[in-house]
Amino acid sequence: MEVKQGVQVEHAAEHDAHDHEHHDTFWTKYVFSQDHKMISKQFLITAIIMAYMAMAMSMIFRLQLAWPGEAFPFLEKIIPNFAPDGILDPSAYLAFVTLHGTIMVFFVLTGGLSGTFSNLLIPLQVGARDMASGFLNMLSYWFFFASCTVMTISIYVEGGAASGGWTIYPPLSALPQAIPGSGMGMTLWLVSMALFIISALLGGINYVCTIINLRTKGMTLTRLPLTIWAFLITATLGILSFPVLLSAALLLIFDRSFGTSFYLSDIFIAGEPLAHSGGSPILFQHLFWFLGHPEVYIVLLPALGLASEVISVNARKPIFGYKAMVVSMLVIAFLSFIVWGHHMFITGMNPFLGSVFVFTTLLVAIPSAVKTFNYIATLWRANIQFTPQMLFGIGLVSFFISGGLTGIILGDSALDINLHDNYFVVAHFHIVMGASAIFGMFAGVYHWFPRMFGRMMNKKLGYAHFWLTVIAVYGVFFPMHFLGLAGVPRRYYANTAYKEFDALININELVTVMAMLGGIAQLIFLFNFVYSIFRGKASPQNPWKSNTLEWTAPVKHLHGNWPGRIPVIHRWPYDYSKPGAKDDYIPQTVPFTETPESNLPADEREAKFNEEIANARSDV
Amino acid sequence: MFMWIFLISDAFTFSALLIAYGALRHRFTDIWPAPGDVFTHFPFIHGNVPLAYVAFMTFVLIMSSVTMVLAVEEGHRRNNRGVAFWLILTIVGGFIFLGSQAWEWYHFIVGSDKGAYILEDGRFARTDNYAPGSLFFWENYERTEVTGAEAERLVASAQKNIRGANLVENEYGDTPLFANFFFFITGFHGFHVFSGVVINIIILINVLNGVYARRGHYEQVEKTGLYWHFVDLVWVFVFTFFYLV
Repeated sequence: MEVKQGVQVEHAAEHDAHDHEHHDTFWTKYVFSQDHKMISKQFLITAIIMAYMAMAMSMIFRLQLAWPGEAFPFLEKIIPNFAPDGILDPSAYLAFVTLHGTIMVFFVLTGGLSGTFSNLLIPLQVGARDMASGFLNMLSYWFFFASCTVMTISIYVEGGAASGGWTIYPPLSALPQAIPGSGMGMTLWLVSMALFIISALLGGINYVCTIINLRTKGMTLTRLPLTIWAFLITATLGILSFPVLLSAALLLIFDRSFGTSFYLSDIFIAGEPLAHSGGSPILFQHLFWFLGHPEVYIVLLPALGLASEVISVNARKPIFGYKAMVVSMLVIAFLSFIVWGHHMFITGMNPFLGSVFVFTTLLVAIPSAVKTFNYIATLWRANIQFTPQMLFGIGLVSFFISGGLTGIILGDSALDINLHDNYFVVAHFHIVMGASAIFGMFAGVYHWFPRMFGRMMNKKLGYAHFWLTVIAVYGVFFPMHFLGLAGVPRRYYANTAYKEFDALININELVTVMAMLGGIAQLIFLFNFVYSIFRGKASPQNPWKSNTLEWTAPVKHLHGNWPGRIPVIHRWPYDYSKPGAKDDYIPQTVPFTETPESNLPADEREAKFNEEIANARSDV
Repeated sequence: MFMWIFLISDAFTFSALLIAYGALRHRFTDIWPAPGDVFTHFPFIHGNVPLAYVAFMTFVLIMSSVTMVLAVEEGHRRNNRGVAFWLILTIVGGFIFLGSQAWEWYHFIVGSDKGAYILEDGRFARTDNYAPGSLFFWENYERTEVTGAEAERLVASAQKNIRGANLVENEYGDTPLFANFFFFITGFHGFHVFSGVVINIIILINVLNGVYARRGHYEQVEKTGLYWHFVDLVWVFVFTFFYLV
């Protein structure tokens, strides 16, 4: 490790000399950029575009769910192919549901969240000039972009986009003749996902290498901000689970296109038996959920990491239980690999095996509760700054609690058998994974916007955005629990055939109205975001009085992040409101020798350690 | 570092495939073909030499790992000629393996002289090149043979004759999964070997151009070596699961 750091410092010195002769063209600066800050913006903006697309789809199918079969003339104007006569076509409905899930899970909350903030924060917070490989980082973005493009195009091909749900279970997804969406649309879905997996692997390998190898002097693992811990663990999860999805997808491609029988057996279509025999659709579910469950934490952990940082900064207090936070993330990550069976309780799984999965699933509650209580303890009697990012951070904690509680219900196989595949599940995962993660992302955007664009976002619009969104999210997903308890199945185009659900239609209307409110709130955000990029107030050096390293880099971005030498780290990142200190924050770059008034007895050891590394030869 | 992490992730890809193979094979253990009845050919030898050729392939691939180690070792000694020499041998080993796999696939696809029959009662009967005119069944881990007039009668009334193997059916066993997995997993591994050979050739060109000699270290050869050993290691598992058990 010492050797690597030495090499980096040397390289940095070289780099400074180069900097003056470095001239970017439009193409190398904005398009094929290898600079992590630009790549992070590319990820964010692409993900925002995809997110609005997926959100628009959800609004359109919410209309159908609240007022089934009713004509909305404006739909005919905006999407004539999918809603002839203003009524959403059933196969378009299925395609929209599938794409809404796929885009939100993969493109927004995996690519968008990790891609944006890992890229922006890893080099800046660990003190590196750039990612370990700028070139692979660029490839990672462009594979992501290609993947988004293919997925978007798939809406417009014959038969429409993939329609089997974001989990693409065979045999529905394996037989092109099964439904219209299983044709070309499904093929493009798989192509897009293969590109996405490549992008995720390139990105993930880069993040891990950068965090392990390129930390600046003094940045020991226990001095890493929790954001970086979260990104490290997330990237590791991705590296271990996405290859399994790749295997599953490749086998599916062979079943679809080359006549193999990995997932198919004993199938009749239109009375004719198919040649496939011997395969097992349950095999796909095992492979898929081996990725699918870690994927939940790939989505959630970065959001929790961002929230840890935002909450600590805005509470002006050290994060409560730093090491407990790290350990609980590691435990969650480990457990995420041995709980996948809880998605499959009703597949005919041996009840004993089911109870093993119940056990491992309920264990997840322990580290999750540790995190939750740590957030609450951090907020306890704090000098809270109610900035928009803080509100979103607190909102995340709220969703994490309310969604986590229903998780305990669903993790129990005896209860899950009743609630499986109905709106209770939809409500649960939208709150705990969808809303939590997107609130973490919003907190991140509001907090680091000045770091990305050098300007501040408007606070008042931020408050409006937060309050409308939080009301809309609870308004949409809280009533859905009752739909689920009443037995309304998810993914159905209409429930009009079941008279017992007629009485529940007003709940669906409420949900749709709330969804529209949420949509309007996001327009406020969009306006604020775009307006602030160009017209926002110029950002001061350290707008939130934060301790972490990224706020020491110049506001105006430069290639290599810091002019001159990379700052050296002397302390952990959470010295907020330290008793006796002059300010209520002490940046990581301030040595203990400059703060004798606030040093604690335990800091002596840290100071001694700093001396040791200062004396260590850096040119080895 | 990059290479190590990539290999961990690639190991998960192969593990997923091999576990899928194990899970589905487990459902058909009683009729799954015995490898000794399938891979019986050896070039220029007419006779039943089960698994001899794949043993040769495996030997070549493992020896190519040895030559790769020697190339890396020469790199540590900064001996450009030595690196090039051992790299060339590694590449030759890789090509021999790929060629052998093509040959193996060819015989697997073409199959035996008479193929297999699905009999009138739906039972699956194979023929044997080395015992012409007879049929044999492979059920419940046991081989039962039928010869002479009885065999002729069964063949004459058979519903279907299957020759060789493809992704839909094969003559080796009464389940398409046997050939499906064979083609998919050995193919996926072969693709890895092929990529490895291409990477080795690129590295060889760099070595011959003196790129690493000028750079002062042969780390790139070491990284490529890691990949090559990994591909070898995976083959040990593929070999075990498809040819030995």
